[in-house]
Amino acid sequence: MGRQIYEAVVDGVLVGGVYGLMAVGLTLIFGVLDIINIAQGIFVILGAYLSYALSVHLHIDLFLGLLITVPAMFVIGVVIYWAFIQPLRGRERTSMSLLASYAVAIILEGILYWIFSPGYVQLNAWYVTASVRVFGFYLPYIYLFGFALAVALVVVLYLILYRTRFGRSVRATMQDQTASRLIGINVNRVAAVTFGIGVAVTAVGGMVYGATSGGFNPNSGYDLISRLLAIMILGGLGSIGGALAAAVFMITLESVVTIWSPNWAIVVFYAALVIVLTLRPAGLLGRQAVRAQ
Amino acid sequence: MTDTGMLRPATAWRGGGVLALLAAVALFPLVFTNALVTTIAVDTLIFVAAAAAWNIFSGYSGYISLGHAVFFGCGAYTVGIGARDWQLTGLSVFALLPLAAVVATVVAVPFGLVALRVRRHTFVVVTIAVFFIFQLMAFNFSFTGGTTGVAAPFLAWNPGTYNDPFYYLALAIGVVTIALSWLIRGSRFGLQLRAIRDDEDRARGLGVRTMRVKLAAFMISAFVTGLLGGLWFYFITQVLPQSGFDPAFDLSVALMAFLGGLGTVSGPVLGAMILMPAQQYLTEQFTNDYLSQIVLGTLFLVVILLLPRGVIPTAGEKITSWRANRSGRPAAHAVTPGGQAAALPGEPSAAAGTAGKESAR
Repeated sequence: MGRQIYEAVVDGVLVGGVYGLMAVGLTLIFGVLDIINIAQGIFVILGAYLSYALSVHLHIDLFLGLLITVPAMFVIGVVIYWAFIQPLRGRERTSMSLLASYAVAIILEGILYWIFSPGYVQLNAWYVTASVRVFGFYLPYIYLFGFALAVALVVVLYLILYRTRFGRSVRATMQDQTASRLIGINVNRVAAVTFGIGVAVTAVGGMVYGATSGGFNPNSGYDLISRLLAIMILGGLGSIGGALAAAVFMITLESVVTIWSPNWAIVVFYAALVIVLTLRPAGLLGRQAVRAQ
Repeated sequence: MTDTGMLRPATAWRGGGVLALLAAVALFPLVFTNALVTTIAVDTLIFVAAAAAWNIFSGYSGYISLGHAVFFGCGAYTVGIGARDWQLTGLSVFALLPLAAVVATVVAVPFGLVALRVRRHTFVVVTIAVFFIFQLMAFNFSFTGGTTGVAAPFLAWNPGTYNDPFYYLALAIGVVTIALSWLIRGSRFGLQLRAIRDDEDRARGLGVRTMRVKLAAFMISAFVTGLLGGLWFYFITQVLPQSGFDPAFDLSVALMAFLGGLGTVSGPVLGAMILMPAQQYLTEQFTNDYLSQIVLGTLFLVVILLLPRGVIPTAGEKITSWRANRSGRPAAHAVTPGGQAAALPGEPSAAAGTAGKESAR
């Protein structure tokens, strides 16, 4: 039993790191644009299918394929932002963007069903099947590689946000859009690029998800987005550190509960969210008690 | 609001229009007896009432709920489980409908107490999370029948007029809900809700007991939605976890309200009357399920991008600016339901033409 829990914790932390990367993309988009991107889940699945298509039809290695899928997802993100999110204005902008991104998710889901059919597929490579002995039990390499890549990308994101001129304008926009506009920041461009980055990280998340989840189909997007939203809220909206911490905490919790009952594990996940919100409405690391409406 | 003495012509026109519409809707099943058509009509009426009920809470308070399927599903399961365990058949099953509404209302209390503690953005996500909890519970508990769901008892009715009782029941619920929505909108309670929508902190400062008001609206909304869930279950004769607790229900109801005009009385009704038949028609037109899904999503996007504020507010604005233009006055005082001036003063001639575009930004 103790061994099982230990194994589940290691597993949860490694997978949680990848979820953390996807949640950071989501929370970054929220922080800068003040919109909730419901399509993030289907973007992850789209990223997974892109990797799948590259590896099955062109025999490109999954990690090498990221060099193609990450820029591709970035472009898709920017295009969707320009076409559907940016035109939204007015008081109900946040709600409208929620519905617009939901509609985008429905369309993408339909397209993916059409092209790939509803059958479950899984990404395969030598590091998905081969295992390595760590801390006394066997673990497929992909868990370690995926976690390492996710951590590396979070560090890169951190460096972009805190060490570059662009990052400074992103953070300024997060704090106060009007003031940023007044000091000469091109808020529209910052928003578009941020949306692109937030979507681009799903290419990585999708690849690791597709290789570790034991099969996915277009419908998996709903499962993903509900988890990612719960993680984002739990960590505190717009808080990057919070999203990472919440991702690791939630996925580990789920992974431990799975030992007793796989069916109820996901309910514990949402129940934890409800309990935390009852005690701390701003989330674990939320900075403000309430956001200005 | 209420005119003493003679009715104004506009009010009379409006009253006449509502009566004519009611008469047309009441006669509908007598004219169209095709079961396919009446099935779509029953579905549409259920969604008219559901959108109106959703709007009573989300439209007036500004808290967008994407978890109303929880109430719909609870209503459906209440009727299904009650009929199964108490071995009710035939018409007596309809006696369970009030119970369905009560169960949904009771569920709304803890749901609301947790979800309404947080503000708008978070609220949306919490409702989604609660929704998934309920769907998973329906899948995993044994009394809900798991993945096979619950089947309704067979109704030995004349197949030719099978849909009619459902039609008139849905119509009655719809009319009562719309009337309720209209009464609430003008009432002190409705004003408190809209004050919360406009500025919750200020409303609280002015003495509105925000939590109590929000929860009351949430419960009213849940009551009607649960009732509809029970009716829908009996109509569709089966409930499954994924059809009773259906994410598409949440999205459809919200989109209907947005399409017609969030926070207006007639908007959600109009939205449901446009979207539901369109959705049914698309499903029938395209044998390819995925294609109809893509078309539906595209339709949603077009609605959101072209009519961001809904048909009713946009049309009201156009009419106001048209009238102002005709009488030669600038449209500066044309105030939209949202409370924004429709056009800037100082450009009277251009204002009328661009009023709609200006305030849509």
